[in-house]
Amino acid sequence: MRSRNEHTRNRSRLVSLLTALMALALVAAACGSDSSTGTTTSECGTDNSVDKPSEPVTDLTFAMVAPSAADDLAFTQSMVDALTRLGIEPQITDGTFIVEDAAAAIRGYAEDGIDVIVAHGTQYGGSLAEIAPDFPETSFIWGTATDTQGLDNVFAYFPQAEQGGYVNGWLAAEVSESGNLGVVGPVEAGDAVAYINGFKAGAEANGASNVAITYTGSFSDVALATEAAQAHLTTGVDVLTGSSQSTVGAVNVASGADVPWFGTQANQEAWSPDLVVASQVYHWEVILDDMIESIEAGTLGGEAMGLTLENGGLVIEINGCFDLDGDGGAGDIIDQIISGEITPPA
Amino acid sequence: MRDFFTLSVLVATLASAIRLAVPYLLAALGETIGQRSGVLNLGVDGVMLLSAFGAYYTVLETGSHSLGILVGLLIGLAMGVVYGVVTVFLHAQQGISGIGIFLFGLGFSDLLFQELVGTPRPIPSLPKLAKLPGLGGLFERLEDITYIGEAFFSHNLMTYLAFLLVPAVTWLLGNTTFGLNVRAVGENPQAADSLGVSVARTRFFAILIGNSLAGLAGATLSLQLGIFQHNLTNGLGFIAVALVYFGAWRSKWVMAGAMLYGIVTATRLQWQARDIIPSSASDIAAMTPAIITILALVLLASRVRGPAALTRPFTRH
Repeated sequence: MRSRNEHTRNRSRLVSLLTALMALALVAAACGSDSSTGTTTSECGTDNSVDKPSEPVTDLTFAMVAPSAADDLAFTQSMVDALTRLGIEPQITDGTFIVEDAAAAIRGYAEDGIDVIVAHGTQYGGSLAEIAPDFPETSFIWGTATDTQGLDNVFAYFPQAEQGGYVNGWLAAEVSESGNLGVVGPVEAGDAVAYINGFKAGAEANGASNVAITYTGSFSDVALATEAAQAHLTTGVDVLTGSSQSTVGAVNVASGADVPWFGTQANQEAWSPDLVVASQVYHWEVILDDMIESIEAGTLGGEAMGLTLENGGLVIEINGCFDLDGDGGAGDIIDQIISGEITPPA
Repeated sequence: MRDFFTLSVLVATLASAIRLAVPYLLAALGETIGQRSGVLNLGVDGVMLLSAFGAYYTVLETGSHSLGILVGLLIGLAMGVVYGVVTVFLHAQQGISGIGIFLFGLGFSDLLFQELVGTPRPIPSLPKLAKLPGLGGLFERLEDITYIGEAFFSHNLMTYLAFLLVPAVTWLLGNTTFGLNVRAVGENPQAADSLGVSVARTRFFAILIGNSLAGLAGATLSLQLGIFQHNLTNGLGFIAVALVYFGAWRSKWVMAGAMLYGIVTATRLQWQARDIIPSSASDIAAMTPAIITILALVLLASRVRGPAALTRPFTRH
């Protein structure tokens, strides 16, 4: 326990320092960014670091258990960034791809009296069903999931990733000259498949002739994702996208071949500033805010909440280095998705 | 399907298979030497992870691939010293010790990565040999040969080193005094001991060589990908151990196993990219390399015999 606390304190100090630097960078860059409904366009070369308020939105204590690294520029970081935006510094146990390890960490935090525990992985659902009833005074936030398993002290969360996928697909077809697009996916499940289905539909709606999809079968096999991207390049694709933390190698392939990349979950410009055209970014703080309000009012769970373009939980962050003629039509597409004229397939 | 059987696509698939096979081959060759001396090392994956991080971090800080490879090798060597002392001199149970080394490598590489790097930052991948000074000029011309060039002459230095190590290991085990001693202590350590061969020293040096090659495998993996992240190997080291059984403890068959694994994986990725395998069948496709390896092991297991003293600690009576 002591080592975990020390780790958390070190992490907290590092986060504080980084946040101060980020705040300075953002102040310097703020005048260069532009935003409209559901999209932001950064000035070319802008630091996309996360801003943190001076005061946390709540006095509740938070802990988080996640499968990949806290700063993976993908699924886990999206939640860390969201908590940071709310001024919350959670205790974090990351890298728990092994569910039993995660379950031990979740139970440990509950025993320590943490008020709110974020179990950031669909695979933790079974463990939560066993642990949550033992700690009725603790609120558990679990995702991605669309139901709370009937537990009164569990909130579920999910992104409607197909919406941002559709917008990214539309933009990808706009950028592509050949109309051939490649997708590197992990496992055909969860928000990955929703994003990829949405991407394919959006790209085809904007004239893409071929959207080739590879599921590697792993969320973490970087070598496989890298070779999957290489295989796509041999078929003549000129735009790539992908989901999960394993795509870091695929981004490297795209970078080496000078092929534009579209990201999801977190802003992935840091991996390849010149080639990441746009990223669908999860702003979990939109629903976390509602959950915190409920918890403070005495309701510890029992509801599932989703991120959408409409509620601002999904934002398409466009890299200002690309000349997309404004937002490349993304704003119009987003308006049509919000109004229901377009319903991307999940 | 017809699209796949064009020469250009087959060549690209072969090139991809070679890239995929190299880390398996390096690690499996090292494990072959260790197992021929009677020592099973299930910690290969952990050694690879530590070396992969060490090499990655070195390149991130210095920009030198050579230094990165050297650091990876030295980390493997250091882990070999630890494993050798524990299993050979302290007579610890090999299977459990290996798992301990794996868990240490998995956890410590991640801790170092979190503390020293954090967010994965790409580094330049290992350059093709054609881009290097010296031999590079020759390889640049060879790379231009239609089809053959892309398949065989478009790789980095570690690729050629890995394949050159196949005959080198065969020669080492078959034609040198050290190799003879390794085989002797792996088959009948008591007999070897009675003939004046130091079982402990021979096994210790076999472990050092094996772990150094595992270190090279890890370094090659991270530098080939140009990235490091948590559990980068994704169980690659365990497959390398399986490939030693697949290859019946013979270098050339170990190479054949690594290439088979690479070819099956590269082919399924090409087929998925060309929609020959629909995405609905992706889960089955992902299992294919493992299924083929298991089938081959089942077929081979009854026909070949491993070193008689494999996993048996030696104590002089």
